[in-house]
Amino acid sequence: MVLATLAPLQAVAFGLVALGAPLVVLTRDPLRQALVNGIYGVSLVCLFVVLQAPDPALSMLVVSGVGYPLVILAAIARVRGKEPGEEKKEDDEP
Amino acid sequence: MSRRIRMLVLGPALAGFGALFAWAIAGLPAFGDYRGPYGFVLNRVVVPMRHTTNVVMGTTFDVRGVDTMGEEFILYAAVVGVTLLLRDETRSRQAERRTRRLPNETVRLVGVVMVGAGLLVGLWLMAFGYITPGGGFQGGVLAAGAILLLYVVGSHRDFRPFRNEHFLDPLEGVGAGGYAIVGLAALLSGTAFLTNLFGLGRTGTLLSSGSIAILNWASAIAVTCAMLLLFAEFLETYVVPLEPEDAGS
Repeated sequence: MVLATLAPLQAVAFGLVALGAPLVVLTRDPLRQALVNGIYGVSLVCLFVVLQAPDPALSMLVVSGVGYPLVILAAIARVRGKEPGEEKKEDDEP
Repeated sequence: MSRRIRMLVLGPALAGFGALFAWAIAGLPAFGDYRGPYGFVLNRVVVPMRHTTNVVMGTTFDVRGVDTMGEEFILYAAVVGVTLLLRDETRSRQAERRTRRLPNETVRLVGVVMVGAGLLVGLWLMAFGYITPGGGFQGGVLAAGAILLLYVVGSHRDFRPFRNEHFLDPLEGVGAGGYAIVGLAALLSGTAFLTNLFGLGRTGTLLSSGSIAILNWASAIAVTCAMLLLFAEFLETYVVPLEPEDAGS
């Protein structure tokens, strides 16, 4: 019973990952990209759980959810702090 | 280089890479078809031989314990590198003056609850790493992240005890060095490096798995301190240049 549900679940998890990766690349705004990357990390966590690998899932969760975003966010804070006018101008452009 | 030339270079490179990638994928074993003997052997021998119910931990901290020590020292070296590049005493004092708090009380309340919950889950992952999924690395990063939330919901001053390098530096050394010392203790007693010397205890309890438990705690301390040091150095470096603008606005 469990095994029968596993294959579709795996397909859904793989699909989410395949969908998430281009989304991360196609997001242009760095701040938004950091958030999308975090969500993509959660989709990878789902994949690892579905593939019955809880230890890598936990590692992925803490790295993509805690460690990595902080470094990116801190870097963005610094770049924005230096040139706030330029960043704003880029955002306003259609 | 113009866009046209770049596309001309990219096109063949992408096609070539795509072809090789497709070839590699086509040659993979079928999905879910595991062939290697190691996984099967480990699944059978780790629990009876090492009394740990998490075979992954038994593998990383015992069967291939030397590799894990190398990984731990990679993190240690990375933190040392970041610290050497970024640490600046005057800046850490400046950073302290920035004490702007989050305006929204609800967000702060949720944040404070998350600090406690994150710390608890982190400690649980560390402590039960060799019984259920988890371990020193996962628990350590989570605990450090929970402590970092203090900075977000509180201020740099609340976070101060957790970025005190006079306290974190030695503790980081104890964590990273403790791993090597457990290995050397085995060497001194006349067996191979990192041999599991300690009593194996009863399977499935916290008092089990011998030196795996000690190595797990050593790496938990090392990872927690490493992440806290990283957060502290990054925050100091990135937050302080914003100071004049905050004062201006």
